[in-house]
Amino acid sequence: MSLQVSLPSVLSRLADGNRSISASGKTVGEAVADVSRRFPSLATRLVDDSGQPYPFVTYYLNDEDIRFGGGFDTSVRDGDELTIVSAVAGG
Amino acid sequence: MTASVLDVAGVVPRDRHASFSARPLVCENCGARFEPEPSAICLHCLGPLVPEYDAERSLPSPDEIAARAPSLWRYREWLPFDGAPTLSPDSGFTPLVEAPELARRLGVARLWVKNDAVSHPTLSFKDRVVSTAINAAHAFNLDVVGCASTGNLANAVAAHAARAGKSAWIFIPHDLEPAKVLATAIFAPKLVRVQGTYDDVNRLCAQDADSFGWGLVNVNLRAYYGEGSKTMAFEITEQLGWRAPTAVVAPMAGGALVTKLHRGFRDFSNAGLFSGPLPRLHGGQATGCAPIVRLVERGVGRIEPVIPSTIARSLAIGNPADGLTAARAITETNGWAAAVTDAELVAGIRLLAETTGIFAETAGGVTTAAAVQLAQSGRLRPDDEVVLCITGNGLKTLDPLTDSLPAPPVIAPKLSAVAALVES
Repeated sequence: MSLQVSLPSVLSRLADGNRSISASGKTVGEAVADVSRRFPSLATRLVDDSGQPYPFVTYYLNDEDIRFGGGFDTSVRDGDELTIVSAVAGG
Repeated sequence: MTASVLDVAGVVPRDRHASFSARPLVCENCGARFEPEPSAICLHCLGPLVPEYDAERSLPSPDEIAARAPSLWRYREWLPFDGAPTLSPDSGFTPLVEAPELARRLGVARLWVKNDAVSHPTLSFKDRVVSTAINAAHAFNLDVVGCASTGNLANAVAAHAARAGKSAWIFIPHDLEPAKVLATAIFAPKLVRVQGTYDDVNRLCAQDADSFGWGLVNVNLRAYYGEGSKTMAFEITEQLGWRAPTAVVAPMAGGALVTKLHRGFRDFSNAGLFSGPLPRLHGGQATGCAPIVRLVERGVGRIEPVIPSTIARSLAIGNPADGLTAARAITETNGWAAAVTDAELVAGIRLLAETTGIFAETAGGVTTAAAVQLAQSGRLRPDDEVVLCITGNGLKTLDPLTDSLPAPPVIAPKLSAVAALVES
């Protein structure tokens, strides 16, 4: 499956300045792993040491927080949009 | 939002405001230090930034503070600026009202209400945080401010921006209480209703701040914004005669208030402005949106977000950004957290009103009902001196009360009709 991943500016610095990049995988986790392979500097800001989402970012698949689905195991479809947003906001 | 993005968005050099500037920032997670900038995120680890204060700065004595104007700026040495603030000079210093009947009902020694329901100018504690945020926007020469809001913050940003002559973009959930929508729209901001919950609005604003170079007070200005909440702890300490209560009960939405109350009491303790332990910090949420309460109960782990379902709209944040730090503040001070039903929070609004003469919004009902629950469970003790933080005015959230109060009788304009009522 191919999907589009949107990055906040603070992370785009680690992806050659790209705010939007393509990724592939059957799940959110596989897509994130694909991004991490291509942009190794991003990896530690996307996934923590235990393989879970990095605590200071939140993932939204088609505007839905993936924590309400299956987390990194959430299935993706062609054309989906994965948006990564800083968790330090609001309140 | 990164510094580089804001630079190209038109932030001017800081010497433009040589007599007034924002403090530098430091990452709470990794300790990295940054120049003052409208950014809330560490470039290295993405952790939250907070202002860094000069440990060697001169601090005022209680007498010097007491001689200053009655606003939150009387504590300016603990607020994140150098020089005199120029905007929103008169928010804060709300009444601390002793409530002996409510203390008796709860079975505690003494109890006070910190009454931010009468905060100037928008009747909620959000006037505190917007006072510091709007001055940060001024320091960075940002002409457009904004926020994601559950209502009270929308009121405050719109009002403070109007007074400062700044444009405001304000994003709220589409189904917010009408009073809070009107009380924002009256100040003529660009007010946008977003389909979804507050958490959807917040996510959108995080993206806005990254795209338009605005000063969104609880996004890229939140390092400066949050510091305003500390002043509630400062005022409580001063108004009690330079001592701390033994326990504080506060509502929790994003978790920032409890987090900053902890910092505020710690700041004054470190400065020697009161002695003894910090107060036990207790937090209240509605059962329909209690992710911080659940984290406190579990004791470990991360915030598990929820989809809010409660009439306490101002607390309806299912993914609280400061939830973890709020839970830590509660745990470190030996406090606790309580969740109350919507029926209990309505009863809490009524109990507070009937015993203190203070009309709180739904969040205040949560705080009061949480205090009742904490007292019943022994978390508030007979020797406790307790402060309830009432953060918003009841006139903003009338709908939940419509069916809970008896309809007043209608009579003919005759003395006999009054007499009949008196005798009944």
